[in-house]
Amino acid sequence: MTARIRSIAFNTFREAVRDRVLYNLIVFALLMVGSSLLMGQITIGIQRQLVINLGLTAISIFGVLIAIFIGIGLVSKEIEKRTVYTVLTRPVRRWEFIVGKFFGLAGTLVVNAALMAIGFFGALLFLMHSFQKSDVYLLVAIYFVLLQFMIVTSVALLFSSFSTPILSAVFTFSIFVIGSFSEDLRGFAGMTQGPTRWLATALSFLLPNFSALNVISSVAHDQPVAGSLILYNTVYALAYAAALISAASLIFQHRSMK
Amino acid sequence: MTPHRQWRTTTTLVVLLSACTAAAVVTLRVIDRIRASSPTPEVLYVPSATAARRLSLGYTGLAADLYWTRAVQYFGRKHHENAGKYPLLYSLLDITTSLDPHLLPAYSYGAAFLASAPPNGAGMADKAVQLVERGIQANPNDWHLYYDLGFVQAMELKDYVAAARSFEQGSKLPNAHPFLKILAASMAQHGGDVETARIMWQTTLDSTDDPSLRYNAYKHLQALQVDQDVPQLEALIQRYRENTGRLPASLGDLVVAGWLRGIPLDPAGHPYRLLSDGKVVVQDPKELPFIKQGLPPDYQPTIKTLP
Repeated sequence: MTARIRSIAFNTFREAVRDRVLYNLIVFALLMVGSSLLMGQITIGIQRQLVINLGLTAISIFGVLIAIFIGIGLVSKEIEKRTVYTVLTRPVRRWEFIVGKFFGLAGTLVVNAALMAIGFFGALLFLMHSFQKSDVYLLVAIYFVLLQFMIVTSVALLFSSFSTPILSAVFTFSIFVIGSFSEDLRGFAGMTQGPTRWLATALSFLLPNFSALNVISSVAHDQPVAGSLILYNTVYALAYAAALISAASLIFQHRSMK
Repeated sequence: MTPHRQWRTTTTLVVLLSACTAAAVVTLRVIDRIRASSPTPEVLYVPSATAARRLSLGYTGLAADLYWTRAVQYFGRKHHENAGKYPLLYSLLDITTSLDPHLLPAYSYGAAFLASAPPNGAGMADKAVQLVERGIQANPNDWHLYYDLGFVQAMELKDYVAAARSFEQGSKLPNAHPFLKILAASMAQHGGDVETARIMWQTTLDSTDDPSLRYNAYKHLQALQVDQDVPQLEALIQRYRENTGRLPASLGDLVVAGWLRGIPLDPAGHPYRLLSDGKVVVQDPKELPFIKQGLPPDYQPTIKTLP
């Protein structure tokens, strides 16, 4: 079982790194990281914060875009090109196919994030000439960004298992935007009564919560990130991604391939 | 395709490319002129901090940095234009600090931008106090903000009691600059005198690494020196007049009379000049922005730019 998942994941990774969109987005993200050095010239007192905020935001947003653009085609393109039949006629279970696809894209995103992170730390070193102790929290912020990618990838995979690439892109991006407002949704639930309150509360728990995974602003001010937050964010992201992959596998399991 | 034909096509395309590029540049220059004659109205685009927060999709740190950069650019442009009015400044600072309540430079510089009297600032000292007080609420352990608050209260509002209270509160915080205690005491006893102002600017100079803040403090210290030198020299000239019945022809006369050891130099390194009416002025007031004394009578003060 592990070998089959690994094989699908490796092929997904290989296919993803051949995609030109990926390189365009990485280059654009690195350009944005570099531009933070130039932007620092036209502002006062926040040169370091600007490099951190712009750099980590670029890694996060471009990673999410890569996750969406590649994730939406993971299943639907295989069906469209009929390559899925070649895979499924072998002794591969459908859920293994989905899990393999997830790990393949997750691996691609980790490698991309690592490349962008090298560019980011290079820009920071160029500005500050040395690293400081609190920069370790920047790694925590990047780790949280990776957890965010995991959730977005699983959302894209879920939609890709039953919808067209364009609709999957729209749905996944919408979920990302709504997930960024999850704190507001909770605030809204607190202000309402009756069924609206129940609905808003249910939605705020069902939709992914990206607010807790975004610590960019606080690490830019050298504020530490609590160990318990790292632990619970990891558990949350793993649980949420696993739930969505299970849902995607369930849908794919019962999907007619005729 | 024959080589000749291929060459002709290439030449045509190169000519077309050059002509179109030239046309685009010329057109853009015309567009620039049209736009310059009808200036774009000043608008905030996103006037509410809540809306800006939502539009930032949770990336509030970056949004705050962008708003702060916009505030700096806005202030710089208005300052350069010698506009005197900065209608959007407080809103930009308000949105910046709502997006990121820990962005300390936005409070410190923002208060300086707001508090200074025109043409050097917006002349909105009350708003500056409001901004820094919000900063203290969000960052209660940062002594710099208490210093900024006391500074605005003393230098712009001349409220020395409030300034003493702010310095006192700041001095109790961990890592507070030791001068805060001295400032608190000095403000309570001698608020408004030159020596207290000197301590304040010296504290600013000593407590920051920022080149523009250091330059600003240094120039203020120079101005305080001139504001002390000129009345003293003019008092000597009056005494000379009372003793001799005439004004000295130059400051050299005071040296010859043994009242001065040499021709005194202003902080920019130029000798002070004596005018025929007995007034003492500096040679190049542009080098000494912020001076209140020693300005040549025909001098038109311009904006005092930071480097």
